[in-house]
Amino acid sequence: MDSIGGTVKNPGSTRNNKTGSWRTFKPLLDKDKCIECDNCLLFCPEGCINPDYDTDYDYCKGCGICEVECPVKAIKMERE
Amino acid sequence: MVVKVISANYAVSHAVKLAKPQVIPVYPITPQTSISEYLAKFVADGDLDSEYMLVESEHSAISAAVGASGTGVRVFTATASQGLALMNEILFVAAGLRNPIVMANTNRSLAAPLSIWNDHQDSISQRDTGWMQIYVENGQEALDSILRCYRISEDHDVLLPSMVCLDGFILTHTAEPVDIPSQKLVDSFLPDYQPQESFLDPENPRSLGTFTDPNYYMEARYQMEVAMEKSKKVIEKVNQEFNEIFGRDYSFVEEYRCEGAEIILITMGSLCSTIRDVVDDMRGRGEKVGLLKVINYRPFPKKEITEAVKNADRVAVLDKNISFGMGGALYTEIKANIDVESCGFIVGLGGRDITPKHIEDIVNKTRNPTKEITWIGLKEEV
Ligand code: SF4
Ligand code: SF4
Repeated sequence: MDSIGGTVKNPGSTRNNKTGSWRTFKPLLDKDKCIECDNCLLFCPEGCINPDYDTDYDYCKGCGICEVECPVKAIKMERE
Repeated sequence: MVVKVISANYAVSHAVKLAKPQVIPVYPITPQTSISEYLAKFVADGDLDSEYMLVESEHSAISAAVGASGTGVRVFTATASQGLALMNEILFVAAGLRNPIVMANTNRSLAAPLSIWNDHQDSISQRDTGWMQIYVENGQEALDSILRCYRISEDHDVLLPSMVCLDGFILTHTAEPVDIPSQKLVDSFLPDYQPQESFLDPENPRSLGTFTDPNYYMEARYQMEVAMEKSKKVIEKVNQEFNEIFGRDYSFVEEYRCEGAEIILITMGSLCSTIRDVVDDMRGRGEKVGLLKVINYRPFPKKEITEAVKNADRVAVLDKNISFGMGGALYTEIKANIDVESCGFIVGLGGRDITPKHIEDIVNKTRNPTKEITWIGLKEEV
């Protein structure tokens, strides 16, 4: 370790921590049902849903918040 | 250089004034209170240019100290007893973040029963936090130790916080002659703090105190152990420079009439003054006793203690603390680390007087040991 006291010298180090490995349930989006309200991408705690509503599964931890927040039930959590 | 007759708390405050920390977050608690008051006055009178922070608890005091240190400035705080216990969580943080904070702890017992009087339970209970600890015998050592500790803590091979422990009331409220060095001399010994690693620098952005997964945590803790080990060389170097500049010679331990001693008493802090008198009396009667004062408790001076007691038949270790079910901390560490027959004595808890008669009793009990650990000065064994 080249830093002391756990100091992070290069910003953005959370990218190194791929939270996708935590996932048990995976959100699957039915783009035909989606009304593009942006709820899911605003509520996703990992910020891993992009403006085209594609999910980055390297970081999606499977919390299911997007499924709950979607007003038209376009997202379904499915067991991996 | 001026010699003044002052309390150890005032001596500490003078040392802080000379060390010029930029931030001082403190919360008053007996018997530390007068340190907070003296420093407040120094700042109010314009004698010390420092941010004096009024905080709402000791937890806040040490938290503010960590935050201030994280901006790359010199920081001082002081506490005692319940206040130190309340700091516990953040003491680990300060050491882990490698903040070279210096704190004075005016040793006082811990409740319950509630007591304001002296023993070492408060600071001994914090020995595993990653702070270096020094126990002082008098006001002069208290002043000198604050200055030495800034140099040691801020050394880039160390970067660990220091706790200067001084006995509540026995030292904090007792006036004795103390040599207060000039600002010029102190400046030549202790230059301004130059932060390098663990601090926030707009020119060079970094994050402090982040979450760490199992990939990194253990290395960070190992670095602390390496730093604690390296601190021994730094302490030696700083002590030598201190002696060259101020003419007072410090080492990890101090031997008093240990040569040819069959029994050596080992302890820390102000109790050494009483023992020194008893050693003189007993030596006068031909009894071969000596005293070993342990000054640096963390890092633990294993080599120096081993060397000092190597010719003694037996040592008596006097602890003003107790790890219930195990014995005093210094005793158990000496027993575990040093190849010498030793007897443990629990003394002076909650301010119980330790008289010359008690010390002689300890020497006799060490000569003919019946128990591993003996409580001295109890009114009745219950
Ligand atoms: S499951 Fe959670 S982490 Fe994954 S996309 Fe939905 S809100 Fe984001
Ligand atoms: S919350 Fe549902 S409807 Fe809204 S953008 Fe996301 S998927 Fe589409």
